[in-house]
Formats: sequence, C-alpha cells, structure tokens
Amino acid sequence: MNAYRRGRTRRLTALIRKESFQIVRDPSSILIALVLPLILLFLFGYGVSLDTTHTRVGLVLEETTPVTLDLAASFQNSRYFDVTIGHDRREFAEDLVESRIGGFLVIPDGFTADLTASRHPAVQVIVDGADPNTANFVQNYAAGTVSTWEAQRAAERALTATPLLVQQRFWFNPELKSRNFLVPGSISIVMTLVGTLLTSMVIAREWERGTMEAMMATPVTAWELLAGKIVPYFLLGLGSMTLCVILAVFLFHVPFRGSILALYALSAAFLMPALGQGFLISAVTKNQFLASQLALLSGFLPSFLLSGFIFEINSMPTVIQYISLAVPARYLIPSLQSVFLAGDIWPMFLRSILILVGFGIVLFAVAIRKTAKRIA
Amino acid sequence: MSPAVTEDKPVLVRLDGVVKRFGDGVPALDEVSGDIRGGEITGLVGPDGAGKTTLIRLLTGLMQPDAGRITVLGHDARTEAPAIQAAIGYMPQRFGLYEDLSVQENLDLYADMRGLPRRDRPAVFGELLTFTDLKRFTGRLAGKLSGGMKQKLGLACALIRKPRLLLLDEPGVGVDPISRRELWKMVENLTAEGIGVVWSTAYLDEAEACDNVLLMNAGKLLYAGTPSGLTERVKGRVRRLTGIEGSRRRLLARLLDEDKVVDGVIQGEAIRLVLVEEDDVDSVAKTAGTDASHLVPATPRFEDAFVDMLGGGPSGRSALAEAQAPRAIDDGWPVIEARGLTKRFGDFTAADHITFDIPRGQIFGLLGPNGAGKSTTFKMLCGLLKPTEGEGRVAGFDLRRDAAEARNRLGYMAQKFSLYGDLSVGQNLDFFAGVYGLAGRRRQERITLMLNIFDLKKHATMSAKDLPLGLKQRLALAAAVMHEPEALFLDEPTSGVDPITRREFWTHINGLVEKGVTVLVTTHFMDEAEYCDRISLIYRGKSIALGSPDDLKAKVATADRPDPTMEDAFIALIEASEQEAAA
Repeated sequence: MNAYRRGRTRRLTALIRKESFQIVRDPSSILIALVLPLILLFLFGYGVSLDTTHTRVGLVLEETTPVTLDLAASFQNSRYFDVTIGHDRREFAEDLVESRIGGFLVIPDGFTADLTASRHPAVQVIVDGADPNTANFVQNYAAGTVSTWEAQRAAERALTATPLLVQQRFWFNPELKSRNFLVPGSISIVMTLVGTLLTSMVIAREWERGTMEAMMATPVTAWELLAGKIVPYFLLGLGSMTLCVILAVFLFHVPFRGSILALYALSAAFLMPALGQGFLISAVTKNQFLASQLALLSGFLPSFLLSGFIFEINSMPTVIQYISLAVPARYLIPSLQSVFLAGDIWPMFLRSILILVGFGIVLFAVAIRKTAKRIA
Repeated sequence: MSPAVTEDKPVLVRLDGVVKRFGDGVPALDEVSGDIRGGEITGLVGPDGAGKTTLIRLLTGLMQPDAGRITVLGHDARTEAPAIQAAIGYMPQRFGLYEDLSVQENLDLYADMRGLPRRDRPAVFGELLTFTDLKRFTGRLAGKLSGGMKQKLGLACALIRKPRLLLLDEPGVGVDPISRRELWKMVENLTAEGIGVVWSTAYLDEAEACDNVLLMNAGKLLYAGTPSGLTERVKGRVRRLTGIEGSRRRLLARLLDEDKVVDGVIQGEAIRLVLVEEDDVDSVAKTAGTDASHLVPATPRFEDAFVDMLGGGPSGRSALAEAQAPRAIDDGWPVIEARGLTKRFGDFTAADHITFDIPRGQIFGLLGPNGAGKSTTFKMLCGLLKPTEGEGRVAGFDLRRDAAEARNRLGYMAQKFSLYGDLSVGQNLDFFAGVYGLAGRRRQERITLMLNIFDLKKHATMSAKDLPLGLKQRLALAAAVMHEPEALFLDEPTSGVDPITRREFWTHINGLVEKGVTVLVTTHFMDEAEYCDRISLIYRGKSIALGSPDDLKAKVATADRPDPTMEDAFIALIEASEQEAAA
C-alpha cells in the first residue's frame, strides 16, 4: 500500500512537472494566460468606457425669453452635455441622422407662458433609437437637468423658504467610473479563458496527438491524470488573476478595499467550475478546434454577457435571467466587485463560494465519468 | 521460424470470439480468435480500417469488447485492465511522445509513470539510449526529431519497464525504409529475451518478416499462422512475365481479364502474375503472345497470397480510361518539366536543383524518405509552392507566369484524399466540377459518368467522411480526373488501402496513361514505385538517382544479391549517397 502511494505521488508530480514544462514552452498557453488577459484589461481599462460625459446635443430655442435662456444656460453648464444652440429643429435633424449628436432638445414656443401659468410646460427630447444607450442617457439626464432647474427656480422665488436641493451621492464608486467595475469583472473573464479555454484545448491536444492514449496505457489512474492537469492550470489561473489585480490597482488605480484572502478564496472557488467545464469539453470533443469553439460558446460568452459583467441581469428578460443562474461567473462578479469597491462582505462571499464549489463538483463528476480510462 | 518451435512458446494473449462494434454498421472486429506468443514478432496485418488499432486498444484494456474474451498475460482485459497496463509496453500511432518535452524529459516522464525505481534509472536509460542511438540527442525536444528518431524514442518509452508484451501500432508509418529496418532489428533483439511483440502494419512486405501473422480484413481474421504457411497456397503459381514487347500496361489489362490469371501487377519492365493453376503457364503464355520460357517462376510473396485469398484482383478494364478520348501519345512531348527546381526555406534547402522531364503518356515517380524534399518538388510542380530558383512547366505553361493555366490542365490527388468530409459524394463531385470550370450539360455528364464508373451511385448522398477508405480513394480519384486533365499528380495515392483497391486504382491509372495522360506520383511505397516508367530518388533535397525501376535495381545488384527488390535498391542507393557525403 505504501509503495502504491509512493508510486501515485511520483506519477502525480511527474505529470505536474510535465505540464509545467509544456505551459512554459508552448506559446499558445503564454498567449492565453498572459497576453490575452493583458489585452482584455487594457481594453476595459482604457478602450471601453460606459461613462457618458459631454455628450453632444443640440438645443432648439423656439422662443427667446429670459426664462428659456436661463434653462439653456443650465444645460450648457451641465458636465454631461456639450450643447449647441439653434432656433429651428431642422438645424439638427441631419446631425442626428449622421450621429454627430446624441440627440436634441426642443424648448417649444409658449414655454414661458405655460410656465408662468403653471401649465406644466413640456420640453421635447428627440433621440436616436438606433443607439439605445445614448438615447436613454440623453433622455434621463435631460429630464434631470430640467427638474433640477425647476427646483432651483422654485427655491429662488420662495427666498424665505429653505432652498431644497437634491444632492446625489454614489456609494462605492463615487466617480462613477465604469473602469472601476469593468476591471474586476474582466478578471473573471480572464480566469474563464485560462480555466475553460486553455484547459480544454491542452487536453484535446493530448487526445489528438495520441499522448493521452499512451498515458492511459500506463498504470496511471484517471484521477491522477485529472489532478495532473488541474493543479498546474489552477495555479496558472490564479497567476493570471494576480497579474490582472496588480495592473488594475497600480496602473488603473481601481480601489482595492477588501482583503487578499477574500480575493484568492473567491478566485479559487471560481476556478473549480471553470476547470471542470474545460475538462468536460475536452473529454467530449477530443478535438482542439471543437473544444475551443465550445469553450468560447459555453464559457467565455456567457461569462461575458450573462454574468452581469456588462449587462445588468435584473433588466434582462425573465427567461434569460433564469438561464443566467447556470453561469458560474454571475456568482463571482458581484463578490469580486465588492472586494474591489466595497470591502469584505463575508456572508455574500461565502454564499458565492459555496455555489461555485457546488458547480465545480458537479462538472468534475461528469467529466471524470467521461474520461474514465476508456477510449470509447 | 518453423511452426513446431512456435508451439513451445508461452501464449501471452488469447483472443476468443472477440467482437467490437462502433455504431450500427459492420463490426470493427468480428469474432476474432487467436493466440499471441512470447519471444516472437506477431504481425497484425491488414489494410487501414481492418480493425488493427481496435484490436490493440482492446489488448491494452483501454477499450472493452462487446462480446468474447481477451486474456492478456493471464489477466482478463475486461476486469483486470490495471494489471495488464502495468505489465505491457504500448506505442500508439504517432508514438505517444510529448513534442515540447526533450528526449530525456519524455523518458523521465514514462519512468515515473511506470514507477521505475530511481536507482535503476541510470542503467536503464543508458541502455535504452545506446540501443536507440539517441544518446547525442537527450536535450533535443521530441518535436524536433526526425520521424525515425521519434519512432525510436517512442519505442524506448514503451520499453522503460521491460514489458512482457510490447504492442506497436503501425510503427512503420511515416518512417522511411532505412529507419524501419533499424527498428525491426531492435525489436527482433527483444524477442530473444522472451518478449512478445505485436507489430501492426498495412505493409504486406513487413508481414513476411514476422514469425507469425494475424491477417485482418474488414474486421475479420482471414488467417493466423506463419507467413510461409500463407504463401504456401500460391506456391508454384507465381510467375514473372519478362521480355515484354510493346506496352506492358496494355498486356497486363488483357491478362487480368484472362480466367486463368488470379492477380497481376507491373514490376518494372516485367509483369508479376498469380495463376489459377500451376499448369496454366502455357495457356497464359499464349494469351501473352509469348512462350512459357518467358514466364519465370518467382518466389511467392505475402501480397500474392492475400489477393488470392480475397478471391483475386479486379478486372483489368478501366471504364474511366475507356470513356476518355485518346491524346496523341507517341510524340514524346514533355508534358511535365522541371528545370533546376530549387526551394529554400531560410538557410535550409528543401529541394536542390531538381531536373527531369516526363514525356506524354508516362508515369514518373518521386521516391524518397520523409522530409527528403519529394513533397516540396511535387508542390512546386503543381503550382502550390513558388520555386526559389529554376522553372517548371506543365503542358507547356510556365508555373511562374501561367500558374492558373497550368493548374487547369492538371488533376491533383492529395495525400489522405482531400475531400470535404461533410459534403456528400455528389456534392463533392459537383464542387470539384465547379472548381475545374465545368458547366452546363458537360458538368452533369461528367458527374454522372464518374458516379457510374466508380460505382458511387448508391453512395451519392453519403457524407464523404463516412465512406470506407476504398471508396474515399475512388472518390478522390474521380474528383481529380473530372475535367480530363493532361497531367495527373498523385501524392502517396494508395498508402494504407487494401491490395484490391490499390489494383483497381492502378488499373485506372494504367488505362489513362495508355490514353496519353501523364502521371507524376510521389510514394514511399515500393510496390507503387514498380508501376513507374522512371523514378527519381530524392534524398536530402537532391535527386541521387534517376532511371527506370529496373535500372535502379540493376545499379545495386551484387554477386550475393543478384535480384534486389525495389526496397533493397532504395536503401543501398541512400547508403551510398550518405557514404559519398561523408567522404
């Protein structure tokens, strides 16, 4: 029994050592584990920004009175808009079609009269529905600007009354920088890439090259083969994650308010389903091309689209919301964002970790049944 | 080795009514029973798809039979796979090496996997590295080794823990004859220590050298016993027809349709025949228009017996050739020309001033080990690679300036049949017809003709990837000749296919050549080389010999080897070239 255990340890260390050599020597693993994360991080750090400041809009003043000029001034002073003033809506129609402006506002003829008669004056907002993000933004912020202006006017008129001002406070991401929540989110994408894509491809490669078959014909067990892959890619995944965190904090100045322990505990838990999925894919396809396609479709894309990373889950159709329950990344991303932006919230973290480990166990159980030292 | 001696050797593997199915079709293995003994080489022989790999995997316990019983080294393969895996050595196809690990790292890995104690390692590694002559290369990555060296390393890894049974799955594939001979000698030494070796192969000449063979075809065991026991059945019936006047190809076609001829192939200037009866010599000679003295008795070979067992070769008539309009044939006009073709990749010269020309209606062979430069030369001539230097012409068109024109006049059949696996047979033909610019009625006519000639009609809606190998090969040829090309380029056209399909294929090619089609073929298959009118032997990028198969054989004939085979010629010429290079 002792000799058996010694053999097992030796086989396992040999497999891990072999895998490490391969990782270091194979340009594609370096590419996926180091270069791709860097590209993603830079993309989300610099390139993609969901912040909208200084959106170009047009403002049509159909009448020029001190009141409308005052309202126009408050649009011009807003840091969300970059306003061009005009007097006819036709001046902006073309600009909107050509996407030179995000929308335009019309202060209609009779605005001042309506206002003094307290008849709820209307401001028309015309936006490009083909670009819903900008359209929503212009619409909401225009409404906000108008109501702020109204409140201010009311306050000025009732000089005696306490001026009522709405003061907005954003917690956790006061500058409302999208970078601050995109970067933590992209770390989970990076771990999906290493855990699922890279792992499924390296195992599929072993099937393709016949090395898997040669290994299986030795006294090695399926568990040892599995562990020999898990350990190196688990560590590689954590390595990629660490690299991303260092860049996020020191280069992009994303705050880090939680603990290192929470970061690693969550990441480690997430790597389990990611690796399990990679294993399952390679065991089923045994072909690098198919494996990469499946990994992208079933791992990368859901982590990207259905995890709350970019799109708010609550605003998805109900069916999609249910589907998103099966995407491990959705349990990681909120926790990871908390680690960065809020701090340690252990009850939330523990729940995530529990769910992720559960996913991992199920995926591994299926994968090992499929690999079990059999070729067919 | 005589059968009597074999009886004393211990039985290592016993197969009893083994059946293995994949899906609903024909079983991959159908009621296979037989023994494999220690201390000898058992050849597991048969064309691709015969069931060789499946049988080997069953022996390793990596697959389970659907019925029957397999006992390996006293263990049941179904229930005691781990015990079997601990005691065997297995080299899968492509050798099972990690290409980005060095030679030493591969050895270390397998030593760890098989639990070779550390104190034994220096001795074992030393012995294996000497044995395989890899001592100088321990630091080199396995991926950077030549095919022959990879194969030796694969063998070394399989031998780490001196197994009692060594399973080698097609060790001869992708390896040149010289390395193949070396490996054979190494394996023979192992049998002296009592190790049982299973050597699977599609090359029938390898089978002849085995102590025992299991001959498989389409999942069935056709024969189990010594190779001589099999060749016994054609004893006295094998003859070489020499001194042929006129076209040997036309004569062969006629002879194959003779009732008294079981099989016939071209062998250089001669024709090799297997007769139905020993006494048929006179009547066959009469058909050939010669007398019996020209029908020289020949030593029966394994392939003669195999074809005889399968019921004889196919007819000598090629419907394909008959449908083809003849071209002027004896004008001696060179349809394919290579003038100092040179290709360099960086500082490596893959092809070095290759020059030859092929007159209309001839078959020209490029022969050589893997990586020698024959594929490079071939690719330059069909316009797939731009030569660094020199020029090539096909049908008078310069491949540099008029590559498209030239390509329109040639048909190309790539190694491993480059068909679209997900398209049906009909769709593949339609696609290739389109590629070659056939349109309208002619397109329909040609497609229908191809379906008829190659008997593909009932498979027309089947996906190409699901076809059996023999049919794939037919479809590939159909796609290549659809537009009646003047020149046909064949890249290892029949490697791995069964001998009947190979004969069918060459019947078509011979027929086309008689109609004035010019053929360039690359091969490392010695039997295919025999079909050529002339051969260029390519080695290390250079043409080291050029001549007819008989010329090349005559070059290496010696007093103790008066009648060398093509393989003997191949090896001797390469060795001579090496000595010259060393001097």
